[in-house]
Amino acid sequence: MEAIEFIAPKTVADAVAALAAKGDRARMLAGGTDVLVQLRSGRRRAELLIDAKSVPELNQMSYSPRQGLTLGAAVPCYRVYQDQKIAAAYPGLIDAASLIGSIQIQGRASIGGNLCNSAPSGDSIPAIIVLGGVCTVAGPGGKTREIPAEQFCTGPGRNVLQPGELLVSIHFPAPQANSGATYQRFIPRNEMDIAVAGVGASVVLDRTKRNFVSARISLASVAPIPVFAQKAAASLAGKPVSDATIEEAARLAMEDAKPITDMRGTIRQRIHLVGVLTRRTLQESIKRARGE
Amino acid sequence: MPGLVHVTTTINGNEVNFLCEPRQSLLECLRDVLGMTGTKEGCNDGNCGACTVMFDGRIVTSCLVLGVEAQGKEITTIEGLATPQGLHPMQQAFLEQAALQCGICTPGFIMASKALLDQEPDADEHRIRHWLAGNLCRCTGYDKIIRAVLQAEETMKASK
Ligand SMILES: Cc1cc2nc3c(=O)[nH]c(=O)nc-3n(C[C@H](O)[C@H](O)[C@H](O)COP(=O)(O)OP(=O)(O)OC[C@H]3O[C@@H](n4cnc5c(N)ncnc54)[C@H](O)[C@@H]3O)c2cc1C
Ligand code: FES
Ligand code: FES
Repeated sequence: MEAIEFIAPKTVADAVAALAAKGDRARMLAGGTDVLVQLRSGRRRAELLIDAKSVPELNQMSYSPRQGLTLGAAVPCYRVYQDQKIAAAYPGLIDAASLIGSIQIQGRASIGGNLCNSAPSGDSIPAIIVLGGVCTVAGPGGKTREIPAEQFCTGPGRNVLQPGELLVSIHFPAPQANSGATYQRFIPRNEMDIAVAGVGASVVLDRTKRNFVSARISLASVAPIPVFAQKAAASLAGKPVSDATIEEAARLAMEDAKPITDMRGTIRQRIHLVGVLTRRTLQESIKRARGE
Repeated sequence: MPGLVHVTTTINGNEVNFLCEPRQSLLECLRDVLGMTGTKEGCNDGNCGACTVMFDGRIVTSCLVLGVEAQGKEITTIEGLATPQGLHPMQQAFLEQAALQCGICTPGFIMASKALLDQEPDADEHRIRHWLAGNLCRCTGYDKIIRAVLQAEETMKASK
């Protein structure tokens, strides 16, 4: 790794100022599990690393059943799944946080870093999208803006962040009554691999728990960016919970997958996996919504 | 050219001061700056777990932590496990079960396994295997390692 400088700012404003001054020669450092690997291999270059963990807003996690969850961009996965209230309220997020890397990686890796790294295979991104996550971004001049998670990634390793901007936190609305969410991926091993395909799903059921009120579906590793499968999700709204409606949503999700063939999998296998995983994540989300 | 940074940290209970470049990993600082070569380097990219240390109460891969990030932290390395009374039960079990061949992965496995049993004294084999998924061994085939961890679990429970 080339020579770099390191700073640990104490405020969002200081971090933004440092980012703005250095342009693309500065990078935020959350858990470092992507950025340090990329710098060491020469895939990215930086002259300045700015510690995200030293900024209180980026390191905070607050949850209430009314307000929902505000997750600081640098909070590592283990803190998310160790919090029992959060784990109970957002099992779909916990699915993702507990399968990123190993226990060692989860001790450092953040959900915010996973999103900002913007890999099509980022395991937490479909979970954030189906949970309705909204990103708070801070930029120069004290400006902040809010971006729905499904609009955050713009290409492999690219996102909406402009020079001088950083992700402060992700806000998740309070879970609605009779709702549930799930993330699952397919990998050839049991642990420690990059998703060949992944699917996140969330459902809201009506009071009888027999009909869908609404649903959200998002796909990993099957396009240059995480896919927000709106048609598939919309097909469930107002429909009864049945094998047929779930099957139709899985079919539509497969249409939204635009994968490539690479060392991890072929186009055919990936599209097939999207069908299987959409079915399974919907079924699991329904179980969770019913409290089964 | 950024200069050297002064870091104050706690390693195995002792306050330690060292100078490092910001680009240097904690692993490099431990091994090359401080001469603590118990912690091993396998892959240098987070995949093998050979460099596992305790960092503020969590196991981490020290190759993916910067030395400068150790400022004010509490670190435990493999050198911190044995006491004047003898080896830690986990170390003893690895010896008795012959759970190592080349030994490069061993400090990482021991640090990770000990961390698990400290927080989950009754972890079953499935849980142990899952927890250790981030530690690779190219020699033993893992079974002896798992047997060692299960033996240490018995010893640690009996000594409570
Ligand atoms: C062995 C190993 C296994 C892995 N397994 C998985 C896996 O199973 N699934 C998976 O999805 N990923 C995996 N990863 C990748 C990585 O661990 C995750 O993407 C992780 O969530 C990244 O978080 P981080 O906090 O370490 O990010 P960092 O590396 O600190 O940052 C990632 C990127 O985001 C930028 N960034 C960070 N914070 C901010 C911010 N607040 N504002 C703006 N930009 C920011 C950084 O500059 C960098 O470009 C693995 C990595 C390793 C080394
Ligand atoms: S050397 Fe750090 S994980 Fe392999
Ligand atoms: S004993 Fe050689 S790698 Fe495990």
